[in-house]
Amino acid sequence: MSDPFSGVRLNLGRRHLQDRFFQWAGGSAIFLSLVFLALLLVSLVHLGRGAIWKTEIALDIGPVAQMADVQQGAGNTGKMVREAMFALFPDVIGRADRRRLLSLLSPDAQLELAAALRNGRPVGQHRAEGAGVGGKLQVWLTASDTLDMVEKGAVDLNVPEERRLVSDRESGWIRQLEENGAIRRVFNTGFFVSGDSREPELAGILSALVGSVLSLFVCFVLSVPVGVLAAIHLEEFSSGRRWAGLVEVFINNLAAVPSIIFGLLGLSVLLGTFGLPRSTPLVGGMVLALMSLPTIVISSRAALRSVPLSIREAALALGATRVQTSFHHVVPLALPGVLTGAILAMARALGETAPLLMIGMVAFIADVPSGPLDAAASLPVQIFLWADSPERAFVEKTAAAILVLLVLLVAMNLLAILLRRHFEKRFKETRGA
Amino acid sequence: MHGTAKMPGICARSLSRRSSRAGFSFGRTFPFGQRDPVGGNDGFSLAGRVRPLEMLVRMLLLASSLVAILVTIGIVLSMAGEAVAFFSLVPFSDFLFGLDWSPQTAIRSDQVGATGSFGVVPLLAGTLLVSTIAMLVAVPLGVLSAICLAEYAAPRARSLIKPVLEILAGIPSVVYGFFAVLVLSPLIRALGEELGVRVASESALAAGLVMGVMLMPLVLSLSEDAISAVPANLREASLALGATRGETMARVIVPAAMPGIAGGVLLAASAAIGETMIVVMAAGMGARLTANPLEAVTTVTVQIVALLTGDQAFDSAKTLSAFALGLLLFLLTLLLNVAAFRIARQGEKQFV
Repeated sequence: MSDPFSGVRLNLGRRHLQDRFFQWAGGSAIFLSLVFLALLLVSLVHLGRGAIWKTEIALDIGPVAQMADVQQGAGNTGKMVREAMFALFPDVIGRADRRRLLSLLSPDAQLELAAALRNGRPVGQHRAEGAGVGGKLQVWLTASDTLDMVEKGAVDLNVPEERRLVSDRESGWIRQLEENGAIRRVFNTGFFVSGDSREPELAGILSALVGSVLSLFVCFVLSVPVGVLAAIHLEEFSSGRRWAGLVEVFINNLAAVPSIIFGLLGLSVLLGTFGLPRSTPLVGGMVLALMSLPTIVISSRAALRSVPLSIREAALALGATRVQTSFHHVVPLALPGVLTGAILAMARALGETAPLLMIGMVAFIADVPSGPLDAAASLPVQIFLWADSPERAFVEKTAAAILVLLVLLVAMNLLAILLRRHFEKRFKETRGA
Repeated sequence: MHGTAKMPGICARSLSRRSSRAGFSFGRTFPFGQRDPVGGNDGFSLAGRVRPLEMLVRMLLLASSLVAILVTIGIVLSMAGEAVAFFSLVPFSDFLFGLDWSPQTAIRSDQVGATGSFGVVPLLAGTLLVSTIAMLVAVPLGVLSAICLAEYAAPRARSLIKPVLEILAGIPSVVYGFFAVLVLSPLIRALGEELGVRVASESALAAGLVMGVMLMPLVLSLSEDAISAVPANLREASLALGATRGETMARVIVPAAMPGIAGGVLLAASAAIGETMIVVMAAGMGARLTANPLEAVTTVTVQIVALLTGDQAFDSAKTLSAFALGLLLFLLTLLLNVAAFRIARQGEKQFV
């Protein structure tokens, strides 16, 4: 009986163990999540980094006189490209072999050449020998995705030939081209300035990006005014009334409805009942607007709620009507917060895919849409479509498109953070005054 | 102060979740216990002097706030309409209790299985399997991280770690789907081969794991809010009686925060059931009744997408069944959401 606390001490170690367990388990949960995030980002960068390059083959195209014909709209660039390719490998004779040889070039190489000639751009350099009208020009044309993959080291040449994308014959040709200095890597401008294509080496994100921007524009124009007005009504004009509680319940539930349900709504009502055109940014934007509406209402209400009550009382005391109080005093103060919420809702809408699949924005669209009534894809849908494509070369395109999407999302979130900083600063001033 | 003021890094998705939490509270509370001095019939409204323009503005405001109700009614009506048409072709009991899902349309009428079969049980089983895996990942990760952040992390570390974790919630699900297909599935397959287990190329496990990580910030955010909403005097009383931090957490704070945490878990479950892109890309298409997470399963959302992408006749049973599935999905998630809000609200009441 010397130490009355001996019983307590006996257990203390075990009890502290529990404390340490929580600390350890929580810490490793956070660590695991961070590791996953790092793995996700690193693998995306790893997979997508190749897409900023593309491979080109140098061809001696000519004679120059024929190129002038093309500029006038005549002439056969296909034939010119083919002959130049065969001239590089005079020993390749058979039809099948020659076709395989041509498959090292992008199928649209002739169009690329024709377009370059029509634009009047300098298409290549004169070879030292034989300048003049009869001479040839060295022109760099886009290589096929197969060649591109070999150049980027995505094809393991140690694998047995029959299980490989490239035959020994083809890899021999590629090696010969490399030795002649006829292969180069350039920045892939096409990825950013052209639309979708069946050919991975030509596919770009511009059409999807424009489609996304148009959809988001429609979404913003529809959802932000309605959402903000609804929030003003609920927060400033009807708080405490019974049916306002009912509206709140509806909004909270709507915010948690799966996004694909909004797609079904769009399919059956917007496309079915109202007969709006399928696959357009107009319908896409409307569906996204319905989806973002509850989010915007909820965040706008939070922003309105954080405006001090004294502002309202002061305005009312000076004889302002309630509409004047709201629109002249409360709303301007809450505006940065409202905009922050709206931007974050737009960021969420930008990444949304499922509802757009429902209204047919999965069609293959190569042209850049010029308005909200043109058929269009959107960036996340494009990612989904490319991820589904069997060609190995689409993997890096998909990862690169994802990186572009993530950069856009980061930019939107940064904008929201900056706005909020501004908001918080203003608040201190208001309180101090 | 604590709830809405801070918004983390990439948090588009989490914002909506976080703010939907705002709905848990009862709206404004006012000092001195008075009712809203601005709203309501408080005897100060100048009814005779309402200006016509202001009336118009208020009508506009009212109309805007009714849109939410209209949209909900629109969802229910549009899907119910198509679903009723579907149930005139396929008996309701066949749909709800059928064990076979093969919604092909017949080319010849005498073909075997010409009518297709629309039993939703395999789809629900698949949905349940994937969601369970996701919750097994999201709940422990989220709740334990929330405990750690709320109780053990230094304020600086907390303000640094939380926004980074919220990035996970801001990444679009199509990105997770791509990651599941391209990185995680091959990894799981390689691991399976190593252990001598056959793993399908599209597995419920890969989809569920990735979905769990995606939903983790939602659970984290709602749990942390619930934990920090527990009154400080409960915690202090427990510590003052000589309980360790761990004991205080396990026996006082977590039980007190339980309603909020449970609400968050239910909301996460609802999100898991409705999640589309990850399962479309990573879980598979074939309906099969299995509890093996290494096999491919299909879910309700996957089938909706599969049935409705591409051009179909609008009145075939195949197309209409997608709306019946949609209605089912809507009702399921609605049930979970209502339960989540109810439970969370109950939890808020207990300390008032």
